[in-house]
Amino acid sequence: MLKFIGKRTVQNILVFIVFLTATFFLLQAQPGDITDQFLSNPKITPEVRQQFAERLGLTGTLWEQYVRYMKNFFTGNLGVSFSEYPKEVMDIIAERLPRTLALFLFATFLAFIVGFKSGKLLAWRRGKRGEHVITLTGVFFQTVFYPWFAVVMIWIFAFFLGWFPAGKFLTVDKWLTAERTFDANAVFDRMLLTVLAVAVLIIAAEIIGRRMNSRVAGRRFIWGTRVLTLIALVVWWEAVWPEMIPFALDIAYHLVLPTVTLSFVGFGGWMLLTRASMLETLREDYILTARAKGLPDKVVRDRHAARNALLPVTTSLVIGLAFLIGGGVVTETVFSWPGMGQTLLSAASQQDIPLTIGAFAFIAVLALIAHLVVDIMYMYLDPRIRVGG
Amino acid sequence: MTTDLHQSTEEMLAESLWKVRLKLAWRSFRKGWASFVENRIGLLGLGIIALYGLMALAHPILLDTVWDPRVYDPIIGYDAPATIKTIVPDGQVTDPETQVSLLEARLINPILKVGETLEIREQPASPSRKHLLGTDPLGRDVLSQLMFSTRAAFLLGVVASLVTVFIATTVGSVSAFFGGLIDTFFMRLADLILLVPFLPLLIVLSALFQFGLLHLALMIGILGGFGGTAIILKSQALSISVKPFIDAARIAGGGKMHLIFRHIIPNVLPLSFLYMMFSVTDAISIEATLSFLGLLNIDMSWGIMIYQASVQGYLLSGTKYWWLLMPAGLSVTLLAGSFFLVGRAMDEIINPRLRKR
Repeated sequence: MLKFIGKRTVQNILVFIVFLTATFFLLQAQPGDITDQFLSNPKITPEVRQQFAERLGLTGTLWEQYVRYMKNFFTGNLGVSFSEYPKEVMDIIAERLPRTLALFLFATFLAFIVGFKSGKLLAWRRGKRGEHVITLTGVFFQTVFYPWFAVVMIWIFAFFLGWFPAGKFLTVDKWLTAERTFDANAVFDRMLLTVLAVAVLIIAAEIIGRRMNSRVAGRRFIWGTRVLTLIALVVWWEAVWPEMIPFALDIAYHLVLPTVTLSFVGFGGWMLLTRASMLETLREDYILTARAKGLPDKVVRDRHAARNALLPVTTSLVIGLAFLIGGGVVTETVFSWPGMGQTLLSAASQQDIPLTIGAFAFIAVLALIAHLVVDIMYMYLDPRIRVGG
Repeated sequence: MTTDLHQSTEEMLAESLWKVRLKLAWRSFRKGWASFVENRIGLLGLGIIALYGLMALAHPILLDTVWDPRVYDPIIGYDAPATIKTIVPDGQVTDPETQVSLLEARLINPILKVGETLEIREQPASPSRKHLLGTDPLGRDVLSQLMFSTRAAFLLGVVASLVTVFIATTVGSVSAFFGGLIDTFFMRLADLILLVPFLPLLIVLSALFQFGLLHLALMIGILGGFGGTAIILKSQALSISVKPFIDAARIAGGGKMHLIFRHIIPNVLPLSFLYMMFSVTDAISIEATLSFLGLLNIDMSWGIMIYQASVQGYLLSGTKYWWLLMPAGLSVTLLAGSFFLVGRAMDEIINPRLRKR
């Protein structure tokens, strides 16, 4: 198993190097270079432009430039942003990556859980009334013009019903007027860490509980851990960061609508896929056997059919992830969520090349890691791969 | 493909080859159509596509006959219904239809006085008999823009999907047939393209280069063709290239190119055609999204219509200016969705596993 993970990691690093190389040559394929922007400025003489070129590493042969580019990239030097001069690209990314990560993770999780569960139920009730309607709904969410959908969601939930804020990362008034010694990122990073800890605890409890001898005890153990984790969460925040709680809640409140909207993108596809995969599984002989020996419907559905139907769905998670990452860019733009996607877009439209490339590279890293995780998950779910590889 | 044996072998041989092929194609098309019609969702999709096709065809005819191009041109047309209002002192407006307060009038022209008349042009204008879907913030007819953009959407979808399918079919068949180094190269390339997020990549590219509609179509086609579609079509080609009739053709003396283009590709084509539908869906939504973000160098498209509304500040106006957002947004969704529906229906015909029991 470790060998497999190692192999995949090495492969992904190679892919990333190829990707960076392609990016470099793409930049080179642009007509002229960045110093040409100052051509029409009479105050900047050719000598000064030459200095600029030297400082920006635009001199030397192509190969020298390439080596320099790669070296700088892997030592964390992504240059200085033009549009937010003199901030370093790396600092901007470090500030915004967690926000994108949170949006992406929560939306993926929500979309997958809801999509899988509803697809499972749909396949089970195949041929009943309303099937066409549900299929059409799934297709609608998969192919809906997403920016427009996001705008409609904002209009419904923020303006018409007024349940959620229309966008932004936090309530500016509240943060400006309050006396505080911490910034938004400090609060947000703590929130992310908390969620991560909770997730690890719950998953661990799930794994241990499933392995217990008695199913009733296992179930009790799982639920007990869930409740205890939640209590621990509240106690921890009250004890350690009491002054941050209202601000954390403020950010969480702003996070709800973008997450839900983004999760709709993945939801439709996963629902339809689960349904198709489940229908195929339900035709297998072992399902007939399970029913014939008198197992309750729920057990046949959840333990015999759904578990096997999960495999093909996990394979196609990859496609859904690509959708979600693309959708994330749009979500961040429409909701003014200051993450990587919004950074990428605003940098791109202001011709801020260093920031564009930096943001894009990190979105690509996010995609690569997500794929790696899916691969590992797939391996865990499919014993054939687990044993063989 | 099974041939009925009601003709004798001699008769069949007497017919020229292309006639036989045509007949076979027609027969399999009829068979496919018969099972396609059974799928009502697929028919719905086809109906919507036909509707939009008619709209695209009707637009130039309408502009030539009924619609005055100065008013109805989707890009440079202008029309704003004007009403003449009398200026009254502030706070004394009794009839807003014919009167306007001095304060509001002075916002338009600061030297106006009470008692004078003012011509107020309404844009964006709400739907009326003359403009069935109203006008946009620049006074252009929304229906005309909608119909004009349909053509762009079809053009983009068709070009992108043709390029995708052409590349993917060729790459898939060639790498399945030859295997070895060629196969490894193309499959790793496909993996690489699948890993890189599509939309951010196009955002970066459109920042670096000026993109028009055709460039975008080619770009989507190339990325899609060397990407995921190639993998799927390769697996199909692989399952065909091990069938006995390929061996038979080889023994009969068929060259490599003959085998690939005459025997493997025709059998991959149904699946290619299916993936063409899905790539039309992708192309349409990607174009609309990029236009919405204002990254493309295009005069008019559904995405641009929403982009215009958003630039002019009508994005969150809700139902008040619904005609600025709803027709374009719904059109993208409907057309992309109906290609997807047709694709799904075809999937059920081509993949026998999915057929109803």
